[in-house]
Amino acid sequence: MKYTKGFNTIVKTISGVLVSTGLIAFSAGAQAETLRLLTWGGYAPEAVVNIFEAASGIEVEVTNSNNEEMISKLRATGGAGFDLVQPSQDRISSAQIEFDIYKPINLSKINSGLMISSMLEGTKKNTTVNGKVYGVPHVWGTSALTINTDKASGIKDYTDLCDPKYAGKVTYRLKRPTLIAFAFSMGMDPFAAYNDKAKYADIMAKVEAKLKDCKSNVKAYWSGGDALINLLRSEEVVAAMAWDGSGWKLSAENPKIQTIAPTSGALGWIDTFALPKKTKAEDAAYKWINFVMQPKIAAMITEAAGNFTASKGSDAFVEESKRKLYQATFPPAAIDNINWYPPVPAGLEEMEGKVMDRVQAAK
Amino acid sequence: MNTSNAARLGLILLLAPLLVWLLALVILPHIDMLLISLRERVAPQVYERSFANYAEFFTEPLYWRTFARTAIMSISATALTLLIAFPVSYYIAKMLRGRLKGFLFLLCLVPFWVSELVRTFGWMILLRESGVISNVLQWTGLADGPVEMLYNDATIMVGLVYTSMLFMVVPLVTTLDSLEDSLVEAGYDLGGNGLTVLRTIIIPHAMPGIVSGCIVVFMLTLGNYLTPILLGGKSSMWFTAQIYTQFITRFNWELGAAFGFLLLALSSAIVWTGLKLSRQTLSESMG
Repeated sequence: MKYTKGFNTIVKTISGVLVSTGLIAFSAGAQAETLRLLTWGGYAPEAVVNIFEAASGIEVEVTNSNNEEMISKLRATGGAGFDLVQPSQDRISSAQIEFDIYKPINLSKINSGLMISSMLEGTKKNTTVNGKVYGVPHVWGTSALTINTDKASGIKDYTDLCDPKYAGKVTYRLKRPTLIAFAFSMGMDPFAAYNDKAKYADIMAKVEAKLKDCKSNVKAYWSGGDALINLLRSEEVVAAMAWDGSGWKLSAENPKIQTIAPTSGALGWIDTFALPKKTKAEDAAYKWINFVMQPKIAAMITEAAGNFTASKGSDAFVEESKRKLYQATFPPAAIDNINWYPPVPAGLEEMEGKVMDRVQAAK
Repeated sequence: MNTSNAARLGLILLLAPLLVWLLALVILPHIDMLLISLRERVAPQVYERSFANYAEFFTEPLYWRTFARTAIMSISATALTLLIAFPVSYYIAKMLRGRLKGFLFLLCLVPFWVSELVRTFGWMILLRESGVISNVLQWTGLADGPVEMLYNDATIMVGLVYTSMLFMVVPLVTTLDSLEDSLVEAGYDLGGNGLTVLRTIIIPHAMPGIVSGCIVVFMLTLGNYLTPILLGGKSSMWFTAQIYTQFITRFNWELGAAFGFLLLALSSAIVWTGLKLSRQTLSESMG
């Protein structure tokens, strides 16, 4: 749920599995210890990698991706090819049950004192399968609303994007967060219906009707962080359902563009650290986790990724202006109002997929 | 005896890389894919043999409509490319001589020195609402406000034709080059006008080039992924994008694999029909 470059996705489609298996073949032959990290753009900035390499002598190979591609890549190889991956916490247990691609985390090797304990406990609970923990938290953020205050100050919630006043001037993704957000905004609670397929289908049917209705308002469905930023920066759109981190980046260039927490609550995600089943550098992976969770290093990642981390006390090292933007978006009440993603039960995504197909096909 | 054995060994050695390539990288993955497409997920990590994925394509209108849309747009793009490329190729092959001929041919080639991705982003910079063309139109007073030219089917068409132009020009120039000028002159001497000469001499001669160009362009367009995704709008659906979605975002390899085979079968059927209708054979046009 972070800045994957639009073209990254596309390039990977074409080269896809071939390239990654090729890389594996080469890197497996190398003698020096390497950590092959599959992560999101900005989560392993070069400055951080350089400090880590100098301190530990372990070489880090970074591959940027997104949730779906991470799961698909590991599925294709049965969990080989990478030593450490960073899927979102709600996408771990279903993928583990379905494809068996992860290895349990040895919590005694994690310096848990470095992590905000509520976030660590929450992630542990959500990534537990058969009594084993598969993930620990790293970066967190939300899907919120980014608006151009000059032209769209009336937008307070996701469904306000469908106001005819803003016809052709709004954008959102056609992905599952949008379905969930609209459901909340329409007064329903999709998370409560996660284990009741019939009820969930009912909610999705209503969301589908709303999104079809709203389609004429949308300029284009954005698909990657750069496409979103371009649309807002050029003022081609005046409001978007967006990642808070992207919104804050834009605020730094243009103070008119602000990120607000929707009245029905922002959608909170936590990207984790998880071990692929056939990881070849487990020790290096634990070293990396304990290294990047140090407050000062975590602050460097916040600077690069735009989002805050689960590292205890790292906020203090983040630039003052960034903290101000964050506090403006999330006054304490808005933080309490965040809807955190619970783990997705298997089968729901298929239902959502068909909803999105029908929305895209609608005129 | 010895020489024929040596020749045979040579042949086997020469063929070996090709056969290994075909077997390991084309045939085996396809067999695997076929097996995946013929199974259905019944529970986590439990699969059963079934034709459900193929049935899904024909029963869910969305999927075959997406395919039909892709096929129709690809056929139109091919026709449009032929229409634009034919005069260009004729001019290069027959009207020009020497250095200028090479130069113009090179000009057709130049855009292909950068990747398709960069070319497509180029189109996006030109056509977007805050882009170059929109600004020029406003500056010259031809438009009052910003003009959005991105995100619709016409834009996809422009992108597709632009991307496939070279693959039509090359076979056309090659076949037209081999047409003797004296035949065209004879046509005129015998009282034919421009149209009859084109219809009875030039087009029949160029037919193999036209057919091979059309097949290549059609297949490239049908299998294109970048251009429709980047230039297409919110309702734009392309069959390859659907395959990507099934494989990567839905984790539904079974349906994705079935779609892959359907794309292979249906596009082959379209090419075969095209060959029958134009009374050409594959070996003639490719030979």
